[in-house]
Amino acid sequence: MSTRQIQLDSGGQLHHFISIEGLSREILTDILDTAENFATVGTRQVKKVPLLRGKTIVNLFFEPSTRTRTTFELAAKRLSADVLNLNISTSATSKGESLLDMLHNLEAMHCDMFVVRHNQSGAAHFIAEHVAPHISVINAGDGSHAHPTQAMLDMFTIRRHKPDFTSLRVAIIGDIKHSRVARSQIHALNILGVPEVRVIGPQTLIPPEASHLGVHIYHSLEAGLQDVDVVLTLRLQRERMEGALLPSEAEFFARFGLTEAKLKLAKPDAIVMHPGPINRGVEIDSAVADGPQSVILEQVTNGIAVRMAVMSMVLGRPPQSGEESR
Amino acid sequence: MRVRITNGRLLNPADQYDEIADLFIADGRIVARGTPPDGFSADQTIDASGCIVTPGLIDLSVRLREPGQEHKGTVRSETRAAAAGGITTLCIPPDTDPVIDNPAVAELIIRRAEDAGYARVIPLGALTQALAGEQLAEMALLRDQGNCAGVSNACRPLRSTRVMRRAMEYAASCRMTVFLHADEPSLSQHGCVHEGLISTRLGLTGIPEAAETVAVARELMLIEQTGVRAHFCHLSTAHSAQMIARAIHDGLPVSMGVTANHLHLTEMDIGFFNSQCHVLPPLRTQRDREGLRSAVANGHIQAICSDHQPHDADAKLAPFAETEPGISGLETLLPLALRLVDEGVLPLMDLLAKLTIQPAEILGLTDSGTLEQGARADLCIFDPRQHWVVEPEKLLSAGKNTPFAGWELKGKVTHTLLQGRLVFSSETPR
Repeated sequence: MSTRQIQLDSGGQLHHFISIEGLSREILTDILDTAENFATVGTRQVKKVPLLRGKTIVNLFFEPSTRTRTTFELAAKRLSADVLNLNISTSATSKGESLLDMLHNLEAMHCDMFVVRHNQSGAAHFIAEHVAPHISVINAGDGSHAHPTQAMLDMFTIRRHKPDFTSLRVAIIGDIKHSRVARSQIHALNILGVPEVRVIGPQTLIPPEASHLGVHIYHSLEAGLQDVDVVLTLRLQRERMEGALLPSEAEFFARFGLTEAKLKLAKPDAIVMHPGPINRGVEIDSAVADGPQSVILEQVTNGIAVRMAVMSMVLGRPPQSGEESR
Repeated sequence: MRVRITNGRLLNPADQYDEIADLFIADGRIVARGTPPDGFSADQTIDASGCIVTPGLIDLSVRLREPGQEHKGTVRSETRAAAAGGITTLCIPPDTDPVIDNPAVAELIIRRAEDAGYARVIPLGALTQALAGEQLAEMALLRDQGNCAGVSNACRPLRSTRVMRRAMEYAASCRMTVFLHADEPSLSQHGCVHEGLISTRLGLTGIPEAAETVAVARELMLIEQTGVRAHFCHLSTAHSAQMIARAIHDGLPVSMGVTANHLHLTEMDIGFFNSQCHVLPPLRTQRDREGLRSAVANGHIQAICSDHQPHDADAKLAPFAETEPGISGLETLLPLALRLVDEGVLPLMDLLAKLTIQPAEILGLTDSGTLEQGARADLCIFDPRQHWVVEPEKLLSAGKNTPFAGWELKGKVTHTLLQGRLVFSSETPR
């Protein structure tokens, strides 16, 4: 049983998009190239292409999200798919209907794709294992496990500024341990050939055996930022103070908050990214978030193109050349 | 009823007996090996040619699910599966519903097992009332009226070290063995896999090694102070096995066991969220598995158990952390254990000791786990060369939850006898 087998169909094409782990550089590059083709759609007068006309996509959100759900919805609509948004509080599933029963009910309504967000690691994988074979599953974030479309939009944004992954030094700062975004970023950066990926944070927020993921570990922001090309910041969840993982937001900001002064340790042309929503003054200073090196808003824009790319690829309708830019 | 078992290779770890010889049974007891007693005429003859005849296996940790969770298994279904696995004595932790904290529940389970007739069931009484970790359970009554062989709080860790100390003191004064699940709950809480590579890769909450080692260290200090006899039920880390081995060396009255699962699987078998490998304590590293195997080989681990936990299919159909932990293990215990011999971990005689006489000693059973004259005629006869592939749907247990599906195992039980009565035969249709 492996993600590789479950994500790819017998012809090696992407059928589900659950996790970056196990995918090839070719597939990731294909996603980025496809997204590049879609990037202009949003700037046109008519922001639609007919690739997924007649397809039904269900946004299945078991965990609240505004930004991710909205960009998936926009991506689906720009591909001319019909979109159904289901926000399911976990209390609703605990009313007795099991996750599987709910899925089989949705299957019976002839949907083509589930976009799933769930607070349990492995939920998207579980759903992909058990849905009818014609349905594709896209993971929009599962527990602390993976958030592959976020990682791909980050890669897309990086590539637009730094076209050669194989010459980059990238640092990820903050709560790596609980971050699905960081896990997916680390896999994507390694697969795309980035020679040096660093994680920076206190030991309590670095997962055990992290070096096996292919990262260098730093407990000092100053040391970790030296000469990096890309700075990836992460959202710090407030509940981390409760588990005795951190003393306070103030101390975290003092040690690991990205300020203008600290950013100077990175390369002068380094870019700064954040998956949002930002805690200003906790993981990043406003002056940096809104500063010239920040590409945070570009990430949001790029998120739509990348999600369009993934959706069209898993439903087997990547744009033919010329079709997308007409 | 007189039974003669012919031409089998008798393997009896209790007195290191290893001969091809006949075994003679009368009135549920072993009456002779080799030559028949004067005037013996068998009512039934079992041909054990090519097979090994050994004492019926004694499994120190089996959940029957009755009373309380009959949709997962019943005394009848699970004792029948035990018989098919060559297991004749099952030790039952007290976390049934209701809890075995009064003799009536223990009696109920024993009576149901007797009615079913497939295996002997020996309950463990609760250490604390309702396993709540606050008030002591009626240990002496559980022993005298409920036939409980020991006391345990099952897998509900005590939150108060003071209660644990008192419970050990009281159990010591009742001369009862305490069966321990080493777990420090403040370190293991919310965890579902080993804290290490697998928790980092899959983003699952980990259970650190220290959740077990901290509890082992504390329990060992309390055992030393209270003098209670204690058995650590199933360890998962090499480090805790070393700590207990040292305590045994220092003369503490302790023993330890391990599950067959932990001797074969590691955290890597979880792969991508395989819920069949969701088990507590969690599967740990390769280094831990090797450490546990050495502790088995050098004799510090005296018992290998199945830690049988049958589940309904739904219990494993959810995102990993929401699935229920446990493996249905009765029918794979013997072949998984035999695999250790093939893999060169220890000789067959030593292995069988950990499935028969040594668990018998831990339970304080003086007439079980041996083929000596006068012992209970509980027997396991198996063909050591027969290969079979684990197919979950073919298991007799109501729980089809096994991570060993598709494994080719060697060694198949052909006959199981309980007090001289055939309770399983591979020749009869299942």
